Amino acid sequence: MYSASDLRKGLKVAIDNDPYIVTAFEFSKPGKGQALYRTKLKNMITGFTIDRTYREGDTFEPASLEERPMQYLYREGDHYYFMDNQTYEQIIINEDALGDSKNYLIDNLNVKVLMFREKAIGVDLPNFVNLRVIKTEMWVKGDTSKADYKPATVETGYELRIPPFVQEGELITIDTRNGEYSTRVKE
Amino acid sequence: MKNWPLARRKNALHQRARIIQKIRQFFNERGYIEMETPYRIPAPAPESHINAVPSGQWFLHASPELCMKRMLAAGYEKIFQICRCWREGERGSQHIPEFTLLEWYRVRSDYLVLMDECEELIQSLAIEIGLGERVTYRGQRIHLASPWERMTVEEAFRRFTKISAKEALNQDLFDEVMVRDIEPGLGIVNPVILYEYPYERRSLARLKKENPTVAERFELYLGGLEIANAFSELTDVGEQRKVFLSEMETRQSLGREIYPMPEKFLTELEEMPPSAGIALGVDRLVMVLLNATKIDEVVAFTPEEL
Repeated sequence: MYSASDLRKGLKVAIDNDPYIVTAFEFSKPGKGQALYRTKLKNMITGFTIDRTYREGDTFEPASLEERPMQYLYREGDHYYFMDNQTYEQIIINEDALGDSKNYLIDNLNVKVLMFREKAIGVDLPNFVNLRVIKTEMWVKGDTSKADYKPATVETGYELRIPPFVQEGELITIDTRNGEYSTRVKE
Repeated sequence: MKNWPLARRKNALHQRARIIQKIRQFFNERGYIEMETPYRIPAPAPESHINAVPSGQWFLHASPELCMKRMLAAGYEKIFQICRCWREGERGSQHIPEFTLLEWYRVRSDYLVLMDECEELIQSLAIEIGLGERVTYRGQRIHLASPWERMTVEEAFRRFTKISAKEALNQDLFDEVMVRDIEPGLGIVNPVILYEYPYERRSLARLKKENPTVAERFELYLGGLEIANAFSELTDVGEQRKVFLSEMETRQSLGREIYPMPEKFLTELEEMPPSAGIALGVDRLVMVLLNATKIDEVVAFTPEEL
């Protein structure tokens, strides 16, 4: 059982027996008023998004999803192919169902595919993934005038902001829970 | 290892320091005396939805309000304080459990005087950091030139929603409607002063003489962000005790900790002259002035970084 203060982006809860994923979350508190937890929830089966506001005492059941360990294989258009690590069976998940997860999928990445009534409806990623920077501005060592982050593109096409010292071609760790740069990987 | 997330906040923290210095200068020039009241107190103000952080047998204050008012009651006439305050569990893009509050109080004044002072303070801060009469916040241009828009809570409900403030209160939807339908639209073109709160949301404000269904309380909004909360202070001891008891009842019904009644404050309150007081969130104000979307961008460390 979850309570409202557990709500965060990516949490999966059951509403009217359907699995929903929190796609946006904001803590609000109007002056002298009560704490409110504002969410956007995406129905993981239909793809429809609803806005819901919860109060502190509200509770939720976790979405009842089966997790199957699989490996990401490749992509063809909107179709992403995964292989079940136990049965070697291949399955397809649509780009829409993947949401932000598609930003972190590199070949052979081990993920947990989420099954609802025998249908694959999404994936659970490791909290951190390593991706290579394929495009970013040059930085001259010792230049401290630019402490601000700079835009970069990683191998999956995902764009984010990274510290100035990270150079093109380097491997970085990204936190998949918020999509932000975490550290540089020493190779 | 270099802490880059911290390094990139250098400019923001430099500007923040300038803003705080300017705030001090503003109040010093106006004859206010800077106060330092204790952070650790035995009896926080009983408020339904503000949870104090325990510190031994006592608590870290959620605001210096009660101590500041005891100073007014003891004869201090114009006082201000910039201090750290703690509120348990408040974390989001606009909340951090340890934050910086500016409070100022003046005797023989009401909340209208504070509305004017808010305008002058924020205008002078914008000039100080080179913004002039406009700030851009999340892509919106907010014009700071006086006069600012003043809207009653009732008007705000009429403008942004299909129900009245009264109906929202009766249906227990006041906070939800406020957060979802009203607040995001406040302070987009000009700063907005939202005033005359319904009796039920009076907090520590006195009721309006000509219309006791509303309280002399206002909140200041810039770019949809709540920046400050002000009162013509409640000085009637009996009334104040009733408000505290009702807040305690709400706390009890929600299963929250009940704090000791602030008896020393109540005893001294009868000596407090008619006064006005305001609490302004410094981190939030810095966010607006520096166009930061998250409070994390304008503080030295977030709790998660410690």
